[in-house]
Amino acid sequence: MAERIVIDPITRIEGHLRVEIEVTNGKITDAFSAGTMVRGIETILKGRDPRDAWAFVGRVCGVCTSTHSLTSVRTVENALGISVPPNAELIRNLMANALYIHDHVVHFYQLHALDWVDVVSALKANPAEASRIAQSISAWPKSSVGYFTDIQKKFKNFVDSGQLGIFANGYWGHKAYKLPPEVNLIAVAHYLEALEWQKELVKVHTVFGGKNPHPNYLVGGVPCSINIEEANAVNAERLAFVGKLFEDAKTFVDQVYIPDLVAIAGFYKSDWGAIGGGLTNYLAFGDFPSNGYNNPESFKMPRGAILGRDLSHILEVKADDPEQIQEYINNSWYEYSKGDKTGLHPWEGETKFNYTGPKPPYEHLDFSQKYSWVKTPRWKGNPMEVGPLSRMLVGYASGKPEFKEVVDSTLKALDVPVAALFSTLGRTAARGLETKLVCGWALEFYQQLLTNIKNGDTRTQNNVKWDPESWPKQAKGIGMVEAPRGALSHFIVIEDKKIANYQLVVPTTWNASPRDIKGQRSAYEESLIGTPIEDAKNPLEVLRTIHSFDPCLACAVHLYDENGTTIHDVKTY
Amino acid sequence: MENHVPSFYEDLKGKGVSRRDFLKFCTTMAAFLGLEASGVTQIVKAFESKPRLPVIWFHFQECTCCSESFIRASHPIVADIVLNKISLDYQETLMAASGVQAEEAYKAVMQKYPGEYIVMVEGSIPTENEAYCCIGGRSALQILEEAVKNCKAVVAWGNCASAGCVQAASPNPTGAKPVHKVISGKPVINVQGCPPIADVMAGVVVHLLTFDRIPQLDGLGRPKAFYSRRVHDTCYRRANFDAGLFVESFDDDGAKRGYCLYKMGCKGPVTYNSCGIIKWNDGVSYPIQSGHPCIGCSEEGFWDNGPFYQHLPEVAGFGIETTADKVGLGLGIATAVGIAGHAIVTNVRKHKEITNEPEEGSKVETK
Repeated sequence: MAERIVIDPITRIEGHLRVEIEVTNGKITDAFSAGTMVRGIETILKGRDPRDAWAFVGRVCGVCTSTHSLTSVRTVENALGISVPPNAELIRNLMANALYIHDHVVHFYQLHALDWVDVVSALKANPAEASRIAQSISAWPKSSVGYFTDIQKKFKNFVDSGQLGIFANGYWGHKAYKLPPEVNLIAVAHYLEALEWQKELVKVHTVFGGKNPHPNYLVGGVPCSINIEEANAVNAERLAFVGKLFEDAKTFVDQVYIPDLVAIAGFYKSDWGAIGGGLTNYLAFGDFPSNGYNNPESFKMPRGAILGRDLSHILEVKADDPEQIQEYINNSWYEYSKGDKTGLHPWEGETKFNYTGPKPPYEHLDFSQKYSWVKTPRWKGNPMEVGPLSRMLVGYASGKPEFKEVVDSTLKALDVPVAALFSTLGRTAARGLETKLVCGWALEFYQQLLTNIKNGDTRTQNNVKWDPESWPKQAKGIGMVEAPRGALSHFIVIEDKKIANYQLVVPTTWNASPRDIKGQRSAYEESLIGTPIEDAKNPLEVLRTIHSFDPCLACAVHLYDENGTTIHDVKTY
Repeated sequence: MENHVPSFYEDLKGKGVSRRDFLKFCTTMAAFLGLEASGVTQIVKAFESKPRLPVIWFHFQECTCCSESFIRASHPIVADIVLNKISLDYQETLMAASGVQAEEAYKAVMQKYPGEYIVMVEGSIPTENEAYCCIGGRSALQILEEAVKNCKAVVAWGNCASAGCVQAASPNPTGAKPVHKVISGKPVINVQGCPPIADVMAGVVVHLLTFDRIPQLDGLGRPKAFYSRRVHDTCYRRANFDAGLFVESFDDDGAKRGYCLYKMGCKGPVTYNSCGIIKWNDGVSYPIQSGHPCIGCSEEGFWDNGPFYQHLPEVAGFGIETTADKVGLGLGIATAVGIAGHAIVTNVRKHKEITNEPEEGSKVETK
């Protein structure tokens, strides 16, 4: 007999996500993922100055802050034919790298760790043993017996206060937790360290973009100027600060994040290295140009798609090809003028809110009807997983030496086969491994920036097309970015110097969407099927897999409008 | 796990021990520990100490930038706030529990601490159709109305909760409204900005805890301590404005020398915030210092006061008898006559507000 379980809210994510599962004989037999909040940012963008769009779409998400702004300036530049100066490209790369490292570390400790780490068990740990283990896996200096004794004492006082705050009502003591108390204690210590550390690296955004979250971007380049003889510009002091921030970040990743990841994975690999694989298709747009964005061959992360886990074939991805990407709304609370079974390329997309769900408060959603604010994108009709695992697989399958090296050495250290990548744990590990790669690339980009400046190139902005009078009457553009959570694309239509249409196809839209017209599940739903559930009232296993994707629902949910020649037909809501 | 453990004194009181006996016990304890007389007070305080302030933090229509900003706080750091200063019993981004267990956490606070807890809100509330934001099958409005009924005060984080922010920009498709427009009868502190500066957020929390009262607010409900100065008046580039030294295009010679960004559309003259004083991320920089004009993110309706790169007309306050357009190269002829009146009126109105504000801070104490 199937039992229906609702988990809403899914916490430790960005945004509002509801998951309902059916459990039969201790295993998940069906799963539904629903986005339950909508704002309508694309509608709001209509009629505005395209140079302002980065600020609006930046507010799609404050967790992957800056990533939509970067995509937006690329989109407008693509439409208007603007190339940015090399320094601007490098500074954008550095800001994106800082985001990756920050976002992935925060995801691992603040958003995901509590699925694997039983914080209450840490109270039973022997600090001397914790210290011994910590020192055996890393050179990180904060690892003395006294340090762990202190952390444990502080945490005990906290628990004894009876006010457990953010740790209240966790699944503590659940049988699926497998770490010894000492490893739990190390993880608790690093949870607190990561929380304090994360506020540092974002200062890269503050130097170049003036603030974080939501740093400033600029169509044509970056807003900050470089002048090594001036206090009011990016000078030697500012550059040294950025260099130190990345050096410190690399140390934290190498000495804390990666050793913890490998240690924790060691305890869970036997089961979670085979659970949660889900879809067999992977999509990556690639990113981090080392020779201009218009030259994808120069990307540090390659572009491509993989179908059926066939790592011997990388398929070519073209986001502007209407045959490649379509979006469906048959299970989403919108309606299409040509009928809800149609799939439309974003450039021909349209949206009209059509909420047919139950009136709140409700107990259950009806999954025989529309059930989410998230649309359903498909690549050549296939559901695709996007994110760190897709990127690592595309990089690995492309034979890029850096990717091969980091993947193979980790698989060897954990003594697991390549197939273990196709799992919940594989997804979590891929995120850590790419963080390691990004740390290295950031330092390369930083050195290139210094070299450029040393050689006398201080340009950060291309103003040739700044004045709207220089624009064509109509222009269309696409911007693609590999956001920390996966392949992200924006689409713009500019008419008479204003935004006629603006659309976003976002990583979590790919992963969290409801099923399509063929009934194919998207990544979240598919990855849950077959997962054993120890205790239906405490479905910790669901959180493990859903969190392995690092959900970002504010990004996933928005609405689209018609574009092109029929723009004037669009109703404004 | 239960949330509330009574203090030692509450426990004794419950067992019929009188205050007099309790104090006697503390004196004995002090003597036993070899403390001087002054030590007695500390012991009394420790035993009587009240539970950490319970806080329920909701997310509605938002992007989580406020939560992200909050964890960037440097004094105190967020771990200190969360572990030692408040009891953050419901916060979807950070909390361990999900689903039913998460909901139970905030319901427990409402039951155990009526009139004691603070509700913090990140995000606006859709009113066009309540189903535009649902959590656990209930609408944002239903959740908020229930939670504020017995709260002590509400903190509205950021522009979303204070003024509706981006989703309330024209044409506001979901009917997004800020907290103070959908609830009544409770003090609401609007901590403005998109997001608010991390240490301003921490500062508001510390103010509530240390001074046991709500900070004084301006006419828009913003704490005066952080929102009574225009970015323009506290900007380190102000001297360039007064001297008529302007950036005329991005990355030009003036930009490389840090001239005033007024002509590039800076909204500093109509924006009240602490960016020029506290700065961002532990004092590293702020938008103008990093070369971008202020977009005015701590003001109501700033999204519709653009475009961002069109400069404000005729801002008063020059040290010399002229305006920016006359002083500069004359390129930025006042193109925005339409918003001129608005901008100036805003300023005049604000000046009045700052000088004639009722002392709200003295009216509503938090304890």
